[in-house]
This record gives sequence, structure tokens and C-alpha cells, in this order.
Amino acid sequence: MTSKYDQNGKGQHKYGMETRTIHAGSSPDPVTGARNTPIYQTTSYVFDGAEHASDLFNLQAFGFIYSRLTNPTVAVLEERIANLEDGRAAVCASSGHAAQFLAFFSLLDPGDEFIASRNLYGGSITQFGVSFKRLGWNCKFVDPHDPENFRKALSEKTKAIFIEVLANPSGVVVDLEAIAAISKEAGIPLIVDNTLSTPYLCQPFDWGADIIVHSTTKFLSGNGTSMGGAVVESGKFNWAARGKFPTMTEPDPAYHGLTFAETFGDFGYTMKTRTVGLRDFGPCMSPANAFYTLMGMETLHLRVERHVENALKIAEFLDGHPAISWVSYAGLKSSPYHQLKQKYLPKGAGSVFTFGVKRGYDACIKLVESVNLFSHLANVGDTRSLILHPASTTHRQLTDEQRKNAGAGSDVIRLSVGLETVGDLIYDLDQALK
Amino acid sequence: MTQPSRPLVYSDVDIKRILLGVRTIAMVGASANWVRPSNFAMKYLQGKGYRIIPINPGAAGKVIHEETCYASIRDVPDQVDMVDIFRSSPAAAGIIDEVISVASDKGIRVVWMQLGVRNDEAASRGEAAGLEVIMDRCPKIEFGRLFGELGWSGVNSGIISSKRRKYAS
Repeated sequence: MTSKYDQNGKGQHKYGMETRTIHAGSSPDPVTGARNTPIYQTTSYVFDGAEHASDLFNLQAFGFIYSRLTNPTVAVLEERIANLEDGRAAVCASSGHAAQFLAFFSLLDPGDEFIASRNLYGGSITQFGVSFKRLGWNCKFVDPHDPENFRKALSEKTKAIFIEVLANPSGVVVDLEAIAAISKEAGIPLIVDNTLSTPYLCQPFDWGADIIVHSTTKFLSGNGTSMGGAVVESGKFNWAARGKFPTMTEPDPAYHGLTFAETFGDFGYTMKTRTVGLRDFGPCMSPANAFYTLMGMETLHLRVERHVENALKIAEFLDGHPAISWVSYAGLKSSPYHQLKQKYLPKGAGSVFTFGVKRGYDACIKLVESVNLFSHLANVGDTRSLILHPASTTHRQLTDEQRKNAGAGSDVIRLSVGLETVGDLIYDLDQALK
Repeated sequence: MTQPSRPLVYSDVDIKRILLGVRTIAMVGASANWVRPSNFAMKYLQGKGYRIIPINPGAAGKVIHEETCYASIRDVPDQVDMVDIFRSSPAAAGIIDEVISVASDKGIRVVWMQLGVRNDEAASRGEAAGLEVIMDRCPKIEFGRLFGELGWSGVNSGIISSKRRKYAS
């Protein structure tokens, strides 16, 4: 738990990750005593009177107005994610992509820039490089292997740095602490996509990150049922220090001149993201999806432990297979990222990684079509094992050079290792590679 | 000045005791401008049953949320349980000295400095004079956090409990 609190007045006790994945944010329902979090499947909430209504609309009182902004089931998930990341507050969205959009909307004006690692999920590269550009938000992509590349790309207009600590799909681990030091020096927030590592494997705020985004669709829900995303703030970023963030520190015309950083202090960014971003663009998470995600999150610690164990065994198997040219899994001692993995992901390098098939594109197509247990689809972080050929699917929209830079060349296969019997998964890959 | 020396940790038990124990709060720096944070906090706490007396020399004699504003704590004709300081950290020193001088007369037991306001030296003087001092917290936010409302906005309350949460109103 955050060091700020001492719940029982008996000295601070930090509850463990396992306890918090089950309990954070979900005390029993105050009215009914329901132990599990109810699904509040409602669009709107009655006001006590006109005064109460205006207090709520003015953000002078805490309470529910409309489920586009807040919903009691979604709120439990938000608090749980904020807690697991040791953050101050979180806001959920309809997908990881929606979360990323909201995270940047609270920071950028047209003409502003941000710097992103070029090793990102292909969908993020397209979102940042093509669609954001149409809004006047300019992304500079850099090779994250040398943290200095981020410093070199800084300009007066740079408002944030964005990285995946464990990058999809290439298994690259970036030097989080070094990049955080550069963003801190520049007075801009470091945004980390923690989707593939999850708070169980990596705690980006401990290394100096300021904002974390998630696709909850992946390991957090874990069961491949529910789309969702989240934006989490550490509560430690000083928005006023350099006068770089008028969206946070100057009266907001979208909210009758309210100043978010001043009014809401260390959760001002979350309030801004919710009450302006979510309100005006509308990508809210549904209560049912929040419920399924909460169900999944209760076992996050158990699942991720096994995901990692299975992934390492499969990576070792592939590493010794004659049809395979290379395996990029930071859990392997031979990986160039092993040292960074030991620092940032001591409990494991996740379960999404890539490998190269010696005979190239056509052999990759044969492999994804010959497996029996692995599912050929475009998702990661499911209980089921998944296989994908990025060059012909998720990264198809990119140029050859972008594909290569993103670790998604034509000979590359991506696995998301699930929770099946590991011997069965190895058997399945082996027969498909013959 | 903000002194980043030691982290401020207050137990939830103490914060709850204070919030449930006080009824009348003098809010120094209360603004008549309705978009200011002090105005928000005043209205919220009134809604929770507290009487908030605004203190602001620039607005003395005006009425804010149906309460007359006074120029100083000394001018308040009624008993006050707690003083909530919405001023800068350096300015908090003079306010605490004023509180110390009128504490026994007005019945003041607690001095609370708002989020971002911290003055360790002044706090020590207050504590030496028998006052309970809280710094760098907002009573509105703490009330919301401890009684369940803050979580409605996705804020990490830091509370892990299998007890049915009671809402205070």
C-alpha cells in the first residue's frame, strides 16, 4: 500500500500483491452487504434534488451522474488497478487504445509533440504515427535501446515520453529508470504501457514513471472475454513546475474555468481525463466488462506465475529446435535483454515473445495453419495459447522498414503462451514445425 | 516553505477521529469565487453537516454559501473546533500563531493545513500549545477517501477491508 496511509493506526502495513488483487477497491456493498462486486447495469443515477445535481455537475460533490463518466462497478476496477500499480488514481476506458487516446488528450494541444519507443504494439505505432497526426499531435519514434535517443529527440514542444517496458511483440526490455531520468530532467511525464508485464511482474512507478496505461483486455482480465483499458497516475508529477501543461494548470474552458491540478491535487490528471476526455469523447468501459475483468484480476498473481513458467519452457524448447533461427525471450539467459529483465522483471519476462523460422514467410504461414492447440488470432494475454504471424496480420499496415524496426519481420512468429499443460504446447509446436 | 524532510503519515484512525469529532470549521482563505478549490471544499463539507465559517480579509462582511465571512479568526463570534488553512505554506505560520493566541477562547483543538501547505516549524509551535496539527491534506478528500466516496472516482483509497463500509453523510 502507498506509504502515505496507516489504515489501522497500528503502524503502516503494506498488503501483498496477492491480497490486493483480490481485495483492493471492493469492500462489501454498503447497502446490501453483497461480498462480490455487483454489476451496476445502469446508465444514470437519481439526484437528491436540484442542488445535489448542480453540485455533481460542478464536481463539487463526489457521486454518480451518468455511466459515461463513472459507474460503481467500473469504479471498483479503477481503484483496484490504481492500487496494484501503487498509483493515486485510475480511469478505465473501452479499450487500451481508447485509454491511450485519453492519456494523451489530457496532455497535448495541436502542434505538441511526444516521443515514443519504436518498439511498440503495431496498433500503437499506427495510432501515434498516423491517426494522432491528424489531430496535430506529433509523435517522434526513437530506438529505445539507447536511452539517450529520447534526450536527442526532445524539443520545446515535447510533452511526454511513451514506452512499453516489455515491448510487444519483440520481447525487448527497455531501460525504464534511465528513460525516466531523462523525462524528469525535461519536466515531462513518462508514460509506460504495462500491459505485457502487468503490475505483478513490473512496477513502473517505482522506477520513476508518471502515468501507466493498460489494455485490460489482456492479462488483467486474462480470459479473453472483455475489452478494456486503463490510465493510471502516480500522483507525483508536478504539473505546474515548468508551465508546460496549461491543460492541467490553467482554467479549463471545458469545465467553467476549473483548474484541475489545483482543485484535485494529486489526482487532478485522472479527474481531467475522466471529466473532460471521457465525457466529451465517450469511450467508457461497460459495467459488465468491468465485472468480468475484476473476476479475472482476482487470480492475476496465480495466472501470471504460470504464464511465465510455461513461456520459459517453450522458449527453451524453441531455442534448441533445428527449424528455428532465433528466440527473443528476455527470460532466456542468452537474451541481450536478460540483464534488464533481471532488474525490471525479476519474477519473469511475461509470456509474449517472438522467434524466427529459418525458412521464412511461407514456413510461418504453414506453422500458424498447422498448430492444433495454439489459436491463430490477434490477441495476447489469454488463458489459451495464441499464435500469430505479425507481418501478415497486426503489423501488415506498416512499411517493411517499420516492421523490421518493430521486430515484426517476415520470418517472425509471435506466441502468447497460455495456461495449458506445457508438454501439450511443446508437442503442438513440434508437430507443426515438422 | 515546503519542507520535504520527513514524509507525513497520519493514521486513518486519527483522521477519522478528527473528522467525526469536529463540527465547526473556520476556513482561512475561503474564496467567494465558486470555481476556487476552497469554495468547493466549503460547499462539500457543508453538505456533510459541518458548519464552515469563511475567513478572508478581502471578503469580510460578504456571505459565502450562507455564512458571513470574517477578516480574522479573532473576529468570529462563535466557538470553532478546527481551523482549515487554504493559504501558502509561509503564510500558515502567522495563522497558526493567531490560532494559538485565541485557541482557549474559541475552543479550537485542531489546525489543518490544506493539500500542498506544510510548515513544520509552525506545526511544532501549534503542537507545543496543545493543538492537533495535520498538514498537506484536504479534509474534503480525506472525508471522501475514508467514507468511500473517493473510490467512486477511481481514486486509490488505500483501504483493504472485508467490513461493510459505512457512508457518513
